[in-house]
Amino acid sequence: MTKPETPLLDELEKGKWPSFVKDLKQAARKNPMSEDLLGQLELSYKDKIGHWKHGGIVGVKGYGSGVIGRYSDRPDLFPHVQAFHTMRVNHPTGWFYKTDTLRKLCDVWDKHGSGLTNMHGSTGDVILLGTTTEHLQPCFNDLSDAGFDLGGSGSALRTPSACVGPARCEWACIDSLDLCYNLTLTYQDQMHRPMFPYKFKIKISACANDCVAAIARSDLSIIGTWKDAIQIDQKEVAAYAASINIQKEICDLCPTRCMEWNGKELKIADEDCTRCMHCINLMPKALRPGKEKGASILVGGKAPIVRGALLSWVIVPFIKLSPPYDELKSLIERIQDWWDEHGRSRERLGELIQRLGMRVFLKAVDLPAVPQMVKAPRTNPYVFFWPEDLNKEVK
Amino acid sequence: MAKTDIGPPDYKTMLPPVIERNYGKWLYHEILKPGLLMHVSESGEALYSVRAGSPRLVSTDHIREICDIAEKYCNGYLRFTSRHNIEFLLDDRDQVEPLIAELKDRGYPVGGTGHAVTNVVHTQGWVHCHTPATDASGPVKALMDEIYDYFVTMKLPNHVRISLACCLNMCGAVHCSDIAILGIHRTAPKTDNARVPNVCEIPSTVASCPTGAIRGDMKNKTLTVNEEKCMYCGNCYTVCPAMPIADPDNDGISIWVGGKVSNARSAPMFSKLAIPFLPNNPPRWPEVVTAVKNILEVYASHARKHERIGEWIERVGWERFFSLTGIPFTDQHIDDFDLATETFRTSAQFKWR
Repeated sequence: MTKPETPLLDELEKGKWPSFVKDLKQAARKNPMSEDLLGQLELSYKDKIGHWKHGGIVGVKGYGSGVIGRYSDRPDLFPHVQAFHTMRVNHPTGWFYKTDTLRKLCDVWDKHGSGLTNMHGSTGDVILLGTTTEHLQPCFNDLSDAGFDLGGSGSALRTPSACVGPARCEWACIDSLDLCYNLTLTYQDQMHRPMFPYKFKIKISACANDCVAAIARSDLSIIGTWKDAIQIDQKEVAAYAASINIQKEICDLCPTRCMEWNGKELKIADEDCTRCMHCINLMPKALRPGKEKGASILVGGKAPIVRGALLSWVIVPFIKLSPPYDELKSLIERIQDWWDEHGRSRERLGELIQRLGMRVFLKAVDLPAVPQMVKAPRTNPYVFFWPEDLNKEVK
Repeated sequence: MAKTDIGPPDYKTMLPPVIERNYGKWLYHEILKPGLLMHVSESGEALYSVRAGSPRLVSTDHIREICDIAEKYCNGYLRFTSRHNIEFLLDDRDQVEPLIAELKDRGYPVGGTGHAVTNVVHTQGWVHCHTPATDASGPVKALMDEIYDYFVTMKLPNHVRISLACCLNMCGAVHCSDIAILGIHRTAPKTDNARVPNVCEIPSTVASCPTGAIRGDMKNKTLTVNEEKCMYCGNCYTVCPAMPIADPDNDGISIWVGGKVSNARSAPMFSKLAIPFLPNNPPRWPEVVTAVKNILEVYASHARKHERIGEWIERVGWERFFSLTGIPFTDQHIDDFDLATETFRTSAQFKWR
């Protein structure tokens, strides 16, 4: 093998931030696939264009997802990446690892693939970057023996992901890890055998800081919150006064101005608090979420394709969540059934709700309209009424 | 036959004993210094998390090196964050400084906590995607080299989440980031008439276009594109491989600012367009790096403590954002898609300085 010349990529080995080119070269020393990847990437840097062809359906037995087909458009130059498929491997919830597990994963991937990975992909999976069609099934078999399974891809439930939650966070209002793992196991079939109009993402953040960006990028966003009063330790508030200007940094930045500080005591008008987390973020020793904890459920979040990006909309402002999560699962299934029945091909849940109306959606999934669902009521007079609403007032 | 549908390894088997003992019992945390978190439990026990940056695209040998470090200092326990940082988890305080020293020795940036720039969420780019308008790993590496100091310190008004997506599909869902770097096309797809009948379904390709720019030409079994209506989203190419849209001379990067997902103070918000186009100049994308650094530093010197970029802009006004950063305002900044009018100003309230 002659080493590919990579003058452009070599530039990116310089500088302080860890270099992906070093990792590419590390893998290229051991593996001809990675060596050709390096060569093809250098060509992209020269041509300013990608050199991967459009998809192609490949997979492993019994699964319709978890493998993304990828073929080079220059197999003449880079024969070892002619087929260079991705495998999505479902990460341990919260991205926690023991090194023996990680080492097993590395061994499987060195045996079957390029030796390159993403830790992790955008959906949360471990991304095993590049192998041939022949290696897919043996690689899956070895992954399965090592205790791993594939994640979702295509028009399926995508790998659910969750924030660090109660494993390491004092703000967790729900057990995001247990819930995520439970839903993942419950919906294996929906993840592995695409059966929906399009992708469906579930992301779980245990508080309103939303560390997994659930509200921006999941069709079903679960965000921890609480209902009663913030717990205050006045002694610790006073202690923070030494390092924080409580009036300026806490009270004046509270979006509802529900806090008063007299130099000794912090008073919170809890009926005005919207649970935004600002004061708790700044004084974690002194302030904690209340005791009546649960989550808000929002739907419809997505990136721009096709009809524009959406942030998820509130459909349940507060729900208590504890195993086996039957109430939540029933809601998820009602939502998916409605979407499955009415959604067009490649129409996300949020776009379907936009097309048919929130009113129709709420009725179909049997949820009551509550003021927490809107920023404000409508301003146009184009109001629909259900047939059963008519004639009732006539005397 | 391998077992199917077993799901991921149980996370509970991956938790260090200090977490097992204190699961759900954490009382508070402190950021002791950049890259070092201390969480304290009701029991009085403490967990130290040492956070280090990662290129995200990592080799198995690199992962093994991370394992070596975790075994030496943390009994083999670690995690990754939602922004691709590595976190070493340990309860022996005496091991914290030696761990940090070894990480720095081996070239790992330690930081990304609190009021800092943390790791850049990004996509595959030219490394492994079939629809990119730019590379992902390259611009991120070039940018982080330049703003490295903001990762290893905590001197910004608040944290700054930077994300990159190499096309509008946005695997990285960058649309709610403080600063989003987004690969864009600027020319309409070129229909490959010979291939359309073999690889594309005409009705679904027509339906894939959000602006109705694509029409079926049933007689010739192909598709035509109304170039005036096309806004280069590339959705048709996803559906129909015979409509390639990549254009080396015209693809490039746009910059978006002011998004957030957290509810702290202000509600979550989308990022808004700051710079409609910057060229793809590999290997170091100097125009992109300079533009992002400029926005970051103007924010750093003008925002009040705890203001996110979007909150700062809302306070000072968009006209001042453009004058302070020196970014030209163009007609491309004015929306012309669905619901565009929601962003038009409907008041007589302006700022002039």
